[in-house]
Amino acid sequence: MSRERAAEPTCRDVIEFLRAYLDGELPADTRARFEEHLDACPPCLDYLDSYRATIALASEAFAEAGPDELADAVPEELVQAILAARGTNR
Amino acid sequence: MAARRRNAAEDVEAREAERALVAALQAGDESAYETLVRTHAGRLLSVARRLLGDGEDAHDAVQEAFASAFRAIGDFHGDARLSTWLHRIVVNAALMKLRTRRRKPEQPLEPLLPRYEADGHRADPGGPWQPAERLERRELRKIVRDAIDRLPDNYRTVLVLRDIEELDTNEVAERLGLDPGVVKTRLHRARQALRSLLDPHLRADGGAR
Repeated sequence: MSRERAAEPTCRDVIEFLRAYLDGELPADTRARFEEHLDACPPCLDYLDSYRATIALASEAFAEAGPDELADAVPEELVQAILAARGTNR
Repeated sequence: MAARRRNAAEDVEAREAERALVAALQAGDESAYETLVRTHAGRLLSVARRLLGDGEDAHDAVQEAFASAFRAIGDFHGDARLSTWLHRIVVNAALMKLRTRRRKPEQPLEPLLPRYEADGHRADPGGPWQPAERLERRELRKIVRDAIDRLPDNYRTVLVLRDIEELDTNEVAERLGLDPGVVKTRLHRARQALRSLLDPHLRADGGAR
C-alpha cells in the first residue's frame, strides 16, 4: 500500500492473515478491508499470488509424471521383505 | 457422456475386484497378499517419502504399514476403499517414525519468513512471480520437492498432510496431537517459508536480489 494510505490493515496484517483470508475465516467487514488493501497495494497482491502459486506447486510437485519420472518404483527387495514379514507374523 | 458411463463401469468393476481381493486376504490367500503389496506399495512409498525423505526410513514405514495392515485386515469391512485405508495406515507409520528419529540439523524457519518495518510495510517486498507455465514442469517439480524437503520436520509434516495429502485441519490436528489452531499457524508459516525458498526460481525479474 502506498505510504500515504498506510492504514489498517497494514501489509503485515494482510500477510499474516492470508491463510485465514483464503480459507474464508475472516468476518465480512475485515474481509472487505483486506480486499481494499489488496486492490491498492501491488506488493501485497504479488505476495498473495505467489502464496497461492506455492500451494498449487506443492500439490503438483509429487503428481504422477511421465514414465521416466516414476520415482516410486518399488525395489523388489522391499516387496520381498514385506511378504517375508507376512510369513513370520502369522 | 460415453466416457462418463465407461468410468462409472470401470469404478464398479474396480470395487468388485477390491471386494474379491479383501475376501481372499481375509481367507489367508497368500497370492492375494502379494497382489495387495504389488498394487499399493508404490503409492504408499511415495506418501512415506513425502514425510520422511528418500532414505531407509520411508522403506521401514512402508514395511511397518503393511505389517499393520496384514494384522488388521480381518477387521476391514469395506466402508472405505482399500487405498484410503492403507493411506491412513502409512501416514500413521511415517508419523511414528518421525517422532522417534533424529534428523540432521535443520534450517531455522525465521529467515524464511517475511520481515516488516515498524509501520507494518514489508522490509523486502520483492516482486511478482512469472507464470509457472513458463518453466519446464519436471525441473520445477524437482525444485519444489527439494524445497519442501528443506523445511523443518514440524512444518513440512503439516504442509505435506494438508496441501499434498489433502487431509483437513482437524484430521491433521488429531494425527499429530496438536490443537487445530497450531496446525493452521504452522501451515501458514510452512507455506511462507516454501514461498521464500521458491522465490529466486520464480521471480519474474529473474530473482534480482
